[in-house]
Amino acid sequence: MFPKWFDKWNADNPTNIFGPAVAVGVVGSAVFAAALIVTWGNPYQTESMQTGPRGTGMSVPEYNISRTAPDPTIEAYYTEEPYVPEGGEELAKDIYENVQVLGELTDDNFNRLMLAMTQWVSPEEGCAYCHGDGGIETYGADDLYTKVVSRRMIQMTQNINENWDGHVNAVAEVGVNCYTCHRGENVPSDIWFNVTPVNENVGGWSAVQNRGTTMSSSTSLPSNALEVYLTDYDSYVNVHDLESRVAGVPGLTEDVASIQKTEMTYSLMNYFANSLGVNCVFCHNSRAFYEASEYTPQWGIAQLGRQMVIELNQEYLIPLEDTYPPERLGPIYADAPKAACRTCHKGYQRPLQGMNVTNDWPELVSSEAPVYE
Amino acid sequence: MAIEYQNIFTQVQVQGEPDWGMDESGEMMADRAGRPRFSTLFGLLGNAQLGPINVSSYGVISCVCFMIWFNIVGFSMLAQVGWSVPEFIRQLFWLALEPPGPEYGLSMPPLNDGGAFIIAGMFFLGGCVAWWLRTYQLAQQHKLGKHLAWAFGALLWLILVLGLIRPVLMGSWSEAVPYGIFPHLDWTTAFSIRYGNLYYNPFHCLSIVFLYGSVLLFAMHGGTILAVTRYGGDRELEQIYDRGTATERAALFWRWTMGFNATMEGIHRWAWWFAVLTPITGGIGILLTGTVVDNWFIWAQEHNFAPMYDGAFGYEDYGSYETFIGKEN
Repeated sequence: MFPKWFDKWNADNPTNIFGPAVAVGVVGSAVFAAALIVTWGNPYQTESMQTGPRGTGMSVPEYNISRTAPDPTIEAYYTEEPYVPEGGEELAKDIYENVQVLGELTDDNFNRLMLAMTQWVSPEEGCAYCHGDGGIETYGADDLYTKVVSRRMIQMTQNINENWDGHVNAVAEVGVNCYTCHRGENVPSDIWFNVTPVNENVGGWSAVQNRGTTMSSSTSLPSNALEVYLTDYDSYVNVHDLESRVAGVPGLTEDVASIQKTEMTYSLMNYFANSLGVNCVFCHNSRAFYEASEYTPQWGIAQLGRQMVIELNQEYLIPLEDTYPPERLGPIYADAPKAACRTCHKGYQRPLQGMNVTNDWPELVSSEAPVYE
Repeated sequence: MAIEYQNIFTQVQVQGEPDWGMDESGEMMADRAGRPRFSTLFGLLGNAQLGPINVSSYGVISCVCFMIWFNIVGFSMLAQVGWSVPEFIRQLFWLALEPPGPEYGLSMPPLNDGGAFIIAGMFFLGGCVAWWLRTYQLAQQHKLGKHLAWAFGALLWLILVLGLIRPVLMGSWSEAVPYGIFPHLDWTTAFSIRYGNLYYNPFHCLSIVFLYGSVLLFAMHGGTILAVTRYGGDRELEQIYDRGTATERAALFWRWTMGFNATMEGIHRWAWWFAVLTPITGGIGILLTGTVVDNWFIWAQEHNFAPMYDGAFGYEDYGSYETFIGKEN
């Protein structure tokens, strides 16, 4: 197809074109990629939040894409300002039957809260999710488990805001309400159930670890860290010796922790970090995890959080086991659903990115009669 | 460009009549098993000839021990997933054969609670020791120095410290390292955290120095020899006793680069000692942990080499959460 002189010239002058072609291709691709990054921006750019002195490497990095993106559930949040009572209004306990926890509310505020709870917990099912289809005259009945559970959950919410101020209002006045966990779902995401033992045909230490489970955050670390550390008041997370030499056999001598226990604590700490989208150095200086003088204030907040979760599980969530229908119970041991860090935090340092969810809801911050301002 | 004769691994492949090795006494052929073959693929990476292999008693003992260890570990893992092969494959990197809990001390625990680990560990140890004897014996038969046997012995020291000496000193088999891909890494991290940060253990520091030093020396030596191969530098042994222009140029390169150079022979002593000292110092560091020192960070503070840093702990002193998430400027 080419002229004869061209073919002849080619035959007389054999040239390796592959070497230069590869070189041009490699250099060209690199230039193209560089041009893309320069003009469109680096998609993996991060920003870091410094959490400790320079030289310690303490910082929490995050991809810009997720760092500046607002939590999508904030937009769907429903709230309504209270109707400040003028005095003399009839109270819910006098108007309705069987009002056990919100009786001190005026009719307007009672219905305002009921509406909001519907938006927060059962936006699709509406009032019937707890009160059934029997019409307004049956609303006082406790026939449905959902109503019994929500009453207890209201008490739990009041308890958190009233007594666990040091955790939920530690950084700023934000508090919690139903939406903090539920986010428009009947059952909150990121609840947990017992799963151990996870391994068959083995006993003891081998049975509770070395499986990629949700409870181990897909690591081979123990899957029972939450079961122990977030339900047992007497559990003790610390593993370090506070002197350079301490006599004792790990795991046998009191306060001399074994490597196995260390792995269980590691599993819990890994869960903490994943739940908040942070890393170890958000709370610790990782060169000496136990060193109190090098904790950040967040360490203390998290410490209180663990105590709070143990109480929530022991006082509120686990006792509801007999109230739930089977489909709400754990898939393996039919145990009650339990809460932990991620149930509220959902991967954010502060739930709902630090939005105040109690300023409109004085009814939920105290078990006493609400104070409106 | 004669690109078809070059690759980054091995420049030239020699394939022909297989080499069976020398046989001075006329009796040594009895140990050699397997018909030697050639593989072009292997030739890209090393010598193209595969086999024969020396089958000695120690080699057989070693292989049998390792096979038993491997099977105990594998079948224990398979049992843990309820004998489900797909689950075994899916969880393979997560599964492990774990040592017993601390409550058993140094006694023999039930098979399903660490007993299998103890038995597997005995076979693993047997396999390692037999392999070490094999390297020693082969060197003896070939009238070599025992450098490789002693180098493998350094590794054996580390293995013994991890699985036998330290657990015995600690009084509990639960201190041993589990057999599993991720689980042995969990153990390593937990070991460091439990004992207050192993980075403050001076012997850990030394081990890292020798490990990274080995890598650096290997790269320097490999690069140097490849660079002077065109002058016959790849014939290192000849260059040792009859120094030629390859050695002169290599030596000059380093002396002019950093003021000092190893010799054609001495570089191999450098490499050998760096490699051997890696597990020796590492083993000492592990042996001291939990037996002599229980918190290396506090130990470092007591010995004045844990630095203090000025500045506040907590992000509040460096910025606000609202700024970080882009809500405020």
